[in-house]
Amino acid sequence: MITLNKILRMLRNNKVGMIGLLIFLSFVIIAVFADRIAPYDPMKIQYDSDGGVKRLQPPSKEHYLGTTWMGRDVFSQMIVGSRIAVLVGVISAVCVVFIGTNIGLIAGYFGGTLDNVMMRLVDIVYGIPFLPFALILVAILGPGIKNIILAIVLITWRNSSRVIRSQVLSLKNRTFIEAAKLSGASHWRIIYKHIAPNVMPLSLVYVSTTMASAIMTESSLSFLGFGDPLQVSWGKILYACYSSQAMFKAWWWMIPPGIAITLLVLSGYLMGRAFEEIANPKLRER
Amino acid sequence: MSSLQDSRYILEANNIRKDFNVKVKNNKIVAEEKILKAVDNINLKIKPGETLGLVGESGCGKTTTAKLLLGLYKPTEGKIICEGTDITAFKRKQLKAFRKKAQMIFQDPYESLNPRFKIKDVLIEPLIIHKIGSNYKEQLKIAEDILEEVGLKPAQTYLERYPHEMSGGQRQRVAIARALILNPSLLIADEPVSMLDVSIRAGILSLLRKMIKERNLAAICISHDLSLIRYISDYTAVMYLGKIVEIAPTEQLIKKRFHPYTEALLEAVPNPDPDFKISLQNIKGEAPNPVDKPNGCSFHPRCVKCMEICKKEQPQQVEIEKGHFVLCHLHKNKNS
Repeated sequence: MITLNKILRMLRNNKVGMIGLLIFLSFVIIAVFADRIAPYDPMKIQYDSDGGVKRLQPPSKEHYLGTTWMGRDVFSQMIVGSRIAVLVGVISAVCVVFIGTNIGLIAGYFGGTLDNVMMRLVDIVYGIPFLPFALILVAILGPGIKNIILAIVLITWRNSSRVIRSQVLSLKNRTFIEAAKLSGASHWRIIYKHIAPNVMPLSLVYVSTTMASAIMTESSLSFLGFGDPLQVSWGKILYACYSSQAMFKAWWWMIPPGIAITLLVLSGYLMGRAFEEIANPKLRER
Repeated sequence: MSSLQDSRYILEANNIRKDFNVKVKNNKIVAEEKILKAVDNINLKIKPGETLGLVGESGCGKTTTAKLLLGLYKPTEGKIICEGTDITAFKRKQLKAFRKKAQMIFQDPYESLNPRFKIKDVLIEPLIIHKIGSNYKEQLKIAEDILEEVGLKPAQTYLERYPHEMSGGQRQRVAIARALILNPSLLIADEPVSMLDVSIRAGILSLLRKMIKERNLAAICISHDLSLIRYISDYTAVMYLGKIVEIAPTEQLIKKRFHPYTEALLEAVPNPDPDFKISLQNIKGEAPNPVDKPNGCSFHPRCVKCMEICKKEQPQQVEIEKGHFVLCHLHKNKNS
């Protein structure tokens, strides 16, 4: 199967993809070492020397990105918030693509009734509007990252499964698949040894783009107040900023999470773009 | 083929037919469903050490026949018998055992090797599937030996390569190696050299012939090129629109042919003599669409010797000389 080494080799000759990967990796490093990087406890209210709460203070040496209305350190919240973003992005992307690729492989390879049933299921899922569904699901099951990831996975697998299926449809008629059949290879061997590696670059496109859209969804849901109440995330920072009516007063509170979300989402799309060029040689520059 | 009756056949095809459902667009909006008889009542018998050549123009069902014989397609009718059992009724285990016996070389070496497999993976895969060789090292040794045998020396330099790092001829050699690594008893070569440069065709062909003779294989070689068939095969079957119209030992067929289509086909073989004038008198028009086959003998609209009966009745196969069968009304009386 595809290793990190192979992915790196794929990206090496692609500047855009490399930039995406660098942005993504720096966020991962920040998320992993968030506890050590963050100067303060993100949820702790900061007091000044005379015991007053440091409300809406602009950036300073002590608080690089100022403080919130509740007197919490924005920079620390940003750093710790990256954990949720990276976690939600990576977990939901991997789950979505795992499910989507498998359904696409099986539906495309076996065809017939199985394919029909699976693709009608995809049609139904395509009919569900994403955000309202996620809102209702989280409202019923309760706010929290687990449920947000569940909502993302339940909806987003449709995209990758349909595209992977169409790729499989053309691959399964290639001569080398026939040759594998003649060697006595079983269906599963053909699917996972011969076809799957050939759709891998396409799956990687979906890993990166799904990661981006999952982060967006998590931020949107948190912004709407459906995030985990005990954890800091970028969407929640925006939500707090909005509900304190500080949007136009405290730029240091609103802009950083916006930029962070944009950057991480962008990194996903940049990597996706690079994988797409690998998956579809027609896009490659000559 | 009465001359072969007493020997043991590897594979016997009895009256096999393959229909495909196709949609034909007509003037109306809805496409009409029609049946395409790709292979129509074919009988073949193959025994070890003998090569059968299958010639015919594009679309006459040569490849379909090959795929039927290997069990890649299920025949609509008829039986394919391998060592006493019908391969169309094989269970999974039997099919796996049959796969070990019958192998195929495909037309396009650029398509028949998985682009993400190294050459060693290509060759070792069949060994893994059929559990040949006790460990990886042993399997690698078998792969090396077969590579050297097909002329890719030294084998070590090729094992780690990907197909796209090799030339068409080298790839076709790998494909031959893959087909032979399981020690099959039947080998079908579907236009083995038509996608290759003319300069390397001879090498591949002589390799193929050597392998067939050395390993005493039963072989079927499909081609539209009669000179190639003459070089490689002992028997030749001429196909036209899903039917075998003439079958005979190759040299006999070239000396004396009875079907007007064979006549026309041989006429089309290039002749190095510059003064030789090709007479295009032996055939008219183009092959009809196999979806709407003409009534009677399917060759009659193009036949220069067409008679009234050809338009109405389908001809029956007659043995015109020993081992020489023809499907033509012209020769009906000579037999009886």
